[in-house]
Amino acid sequence: MTPDMILFLVIALVTLAAGFMVVTTPNIVHAALWLILNLFAVAVLYVMLNAGFFAMVQVVVYIGAIAILFIFAIMLTRHAMRDSGPRFNTDWPMAAILGVALLAALIWILSRWQSFMTLPPMLTSDTDILRQLGQALVSPNAFFIPFEIASVLLVAAMIGAIYVAWGKSGGKK
Amino acid sequence: MAIETLIWFVPAPPLLAFFLILLFTNRNKALSHTIAVGAALLSFTGSMIVFWQALCVEELGKYPFESSINWLPVAKGWLAVGVLIDPLSATTLFFVGWTVLMIFIYSVGYNNYGQPAGDHDKPGLQPHGATAADEYGHTHHVPSIEPMYSRFFAFIGLFAFGMYLLVVSNNLLTVFVGWEIMGLCSYLLIGFWYAKPSARAAAIKAFITTRVGDVFMLLGIVYLYSATGTLNFRTIFSEEILRRLVETPAGFLGLSTAGLISILLFIGTVGKSAQWPLHVWLPDAMEGPTPVSAMIHAAAMVSAGVYAALRMFPLLNAEWQGHGLTPAMTVIAFIGAFTALFAAVIAVAQNDIKRVLAYSTISQLGYMIAAVGIGAYVAAAFHLVMHAFFKALLFLGSGSVIHGVEHGVLHTGEHDVDPQNMFNMGGLKDKMPVTFWTFLIGGFALSGFPLITAGFWSKDEILADAFGHGHLAVFSTLALAALLTAFYTMRQITLTFLGKPRTESAKHAQETTWTMTLPLVVLAVFSVVAGWSGIPKHFPLLGMFSSNWFHEFVGGTLLERPETVEFSFIPLLTSLVVALGGLFLGWLVYRNVPAGAEDPLKRPLGMLYTWMHNKFYFDQLYDFLFVRPVIWFAEVFTFLWMDRGLIDGILHAIAHFTGVLGSFFRQGIDAPIINGFGDLVGDSTKKAGQSLRVIQTGQVQQYMIAALIFVFGTLIFFLYSLP
Amino acid sequence: MIPLSWYLILAAALFCLGLFGVLARKNAVAILMGIELMLNAVIINLIAFWRYLKPDQVNALVFALIVFAVSAAEVAVGLALVISIYRRRGTVAADEIDLMKW
Repeated sequence: MTPDMILFLVIALVTLAAGFMVVTTPNIVHAALWLILNLFAVAVLYVMLNAGFFAMVQVVVYIGAIAILFIFAIMLTRHAMRDSGPRFNTDWPMAAILGVALLAALIWILSRWQSFMTLPPMLTSDTDILRQLGQALVSPNAFFIPFEIASVLLVAAMIGAIYVAWGKSGGKK
Repeated sequence: MAIETLIWFVPAPPLLAFFLILLFTNRNKALSHTIAVGAALLSFTGSMIVFWQALCVEELGKYPFESSINWLPVAKGWLAVGVLIDPLSATTLFFVGWTVLMIFIYSVGYNNYGQPAGDHDKPGLQPHGATAADEYGHTHHVPSIEPMYSRFFAFIGLFAFGMYLLVVSNNLLTVFVGWEIMGLCSYLLIGFWYAKPSARAAAIKAFITTRVGDVFMLLGIVYLYSATGTLNFRTIFSEEILRRLVETPAGFLGLSTAGLISILLFIGTVGKSAQWPLHVWLPDAMEGPTPVSAMIHAAAMVSAGVYAALRMFPLLNAEWQGHGLTPAMTVIAFIGAFTALFAAVIAVAQNDIKRVLAYSTISQLGYMIAAVGIGAYVAAAFHLVMHAFFKALLFLGSGSVIHGVEHGVLHTGEHDVDPQNMFNMGGLKDKMPVTFWTFLIGGFALSGFPLITAGFWSKDEILADAFGHGHLAVFSTLALAALLTAFYTMRQITLTFLGKPRTESAKHAQETTWTMTLPLVVLAVFSVVAGWSGIPKHFPLLGMFSSNWFHEFVGGTLLERPETVEFSFIPLLTSLVVALGGLFLGWLVYRNVPAGAEDPLKRPLGMLYTWMHNKFYFDQLYDFLFVRPVIWFAEVFTFLWMDRGLIDGILHAIAHFTGVLGSFFRQGIDAPIINGFGDLVGDSTKKAGQSLRVIQTGQVQQYMIAALIFVFGTLIFFLYSLP
Repeated sequence: MIPLSWYLILAAALFCLGLFGVLARKNAVAILMGIELMLNAVIINLIAFWRYLKPDQVNALVFALIVFAVSAAEVAVGLALVISIYRRRGTVAADEIDLMKW
């Protein structure tokens, strides 16, 4: 039991516990907060996977924007309903069974894959992965177009979200 | 053109007139009568030319004018139709031409041409008089013009065509065609005033009674055709065919084929010439206008019957050896003689001026038929021609009398006076002189007044033939009939013209127009003169000057010219006695009948008079025997039982069955099965939808759960189906 | 040295948790949170595969980056829709938004 294994287990436990609390807590604000914890733990996982850049992106985008957006939405949709009433709908046993079944199925399928238990290869330090990533994103014979399309997608989503959520009878824009 | 071609054109003008008047000139009265009289004149001219040419031929009987065309293709060869002018048809053409022309001219005046239209005259009724004002402003009732003027001329045109066609034909088929055309026209003309119920009934009676005769005649024609294969007269009357017909037995009552055919053809004559027992139509035919009566009963139709019998004479006497009559001839002679006496008896008790003449016609036709029956060919033909002239004269004269008395009726306004009843007349000799003298001549001719009238010569010849050949029963019957003929004729003349007028209308009677009196004069001349063509050679005194042209000419029609009979005083004396005696008796009994009195014979004869007056109740007998059963058959059996009961019953049953079948198909098969199946499909889809729609809850999460379950299912299926 | 399997099992478990949240939670915002969990699990998977199988290539990293962008866009639009629904219907409970039912 190496130290990174112990670290991994702790982080995994935190992730799963926070995820569990997200989906089961009756209070929606608590659920948002548990979500933030979950996201943090996942960021740590990224660091453990030598993808520090992604950890930063996780924190900034997911926690800094998306989670905040969640909290805004919760605030805007709360006023009469104060989390009273049941938190699950009537079909939740079925959903639980499905979840467990899916998990079992996934693990079983993956276990039949021959590279299931591979160990991580050693990283050579002469590769600057981040620079390569940046160059790949903007070079025309690499991933420039997906990058631009993703930008357009974000613009469209922004416009759409503003329009939908504008006023009482839709936006006048 | 050749004479044979001209003969074809003799019947054509009246037919053309018929079509022209009917189609085009119906409204124009003057044009219609011009076309009709013009056509009659044309046919008359053609007939005279043919007759004149016929006179010039030596032996016309052996070499007649003949022309035929092949008309109908039959199994082997052709049925040919055509024209034939031998002495018999030439003579007939002569008198038909004259009488038809006279009747046409007479009709113009009879239908009151030139008079105003009547006050309430309708087509279909007799004209009833119009009111006219003269120059002083006095209104008079005058006779009015016949509303259906043109129609009359069209019909008599067709009638004339039928008669001409019959006379010029050389075969039985076209003779029958002309026969039937005249039958149709007699129906149309007797029922001319069709709004009168009695006229309608008379027309139907005439047509049906003659039809009975025609059916048998047609049977005879068909039998003849099947036995000989031809209908041409000259061919049938050749030696070998006649011998063949005589020798083959008909298988019916022991008659030979010739005998049976003769009797069948003769029954047609019985119908057409109104012999007993088919005589009932002729007196009722007086419902028609007087020119029609003249035409039918003198000139044309009844003469056609005797003409047909004369035509078939070689067939009738084919078995005759000269003594003793064949069965066919016995039948003919009996019917002729019986009818002559029977009709004469009835005529004595009739009061209508036209009825007397009608029965007189029947009686005279009986004479002719009896003459044919005893083999006196020439005598029968002679009497036929003479009778046509004086009977036409008498009918036209009676029409003139009726017109005159009608004028008196209109003038005096006595509307319940029947202008045709002789007991309402009297003293007309001063008022209507021309009519009187011509009627007198005609009456004397009918009675057989000696020497100067045509009737004497023809009747005398028949009586002489009967006596000379030893047929004493026929002779005495005919002599008795001659006595009665003279009696009733003088009765008629006395009641009508002599004495004092018995009613106001008779006092105010007037002579008729020239178009009516001119034909009377012409026919009167013929009635006197025509008889002199047949004076026998053996006659005392006058016989020396005579060549008996008629006998020579007409007798040549037969293959062997018949011999003239031996002269004997007895028939001559008998005919003198009966003629003069009858005339004197008639004048004696009737000369002083006052107004309103009944018939002087009524009291003495008593019951017999009633029977005579009612025509021996033959009409009632036929009604009981024939008419009522037929009406019952039609109304009850055929209509109620067969048509309504049986046929309609079957139809209703079929309809009912179809209804049941239809409703079975509808209720049993269509509604439950076919509709039901359709409804089932719809209903089951609806129910399936209704039961399945619950999965559409609208809740997204439930949809996703369902999707995932299916994904799992598919996954497991694929995993386990992998090798 | 942590075998790949540990990361994969972790990602699978996180994914299933997110799935449960999507299927079972009443509040619409909570459903969106479940979707976020699922997307996170996906990104973990991607990065793990990159690190263990092809650490010298950047394809996987670009993919993961695009996934980040897409998930951000999707959350934005989804929450806008939830707010709009809340405004119209006054509720965010998923089983009360069932207008498209029979």
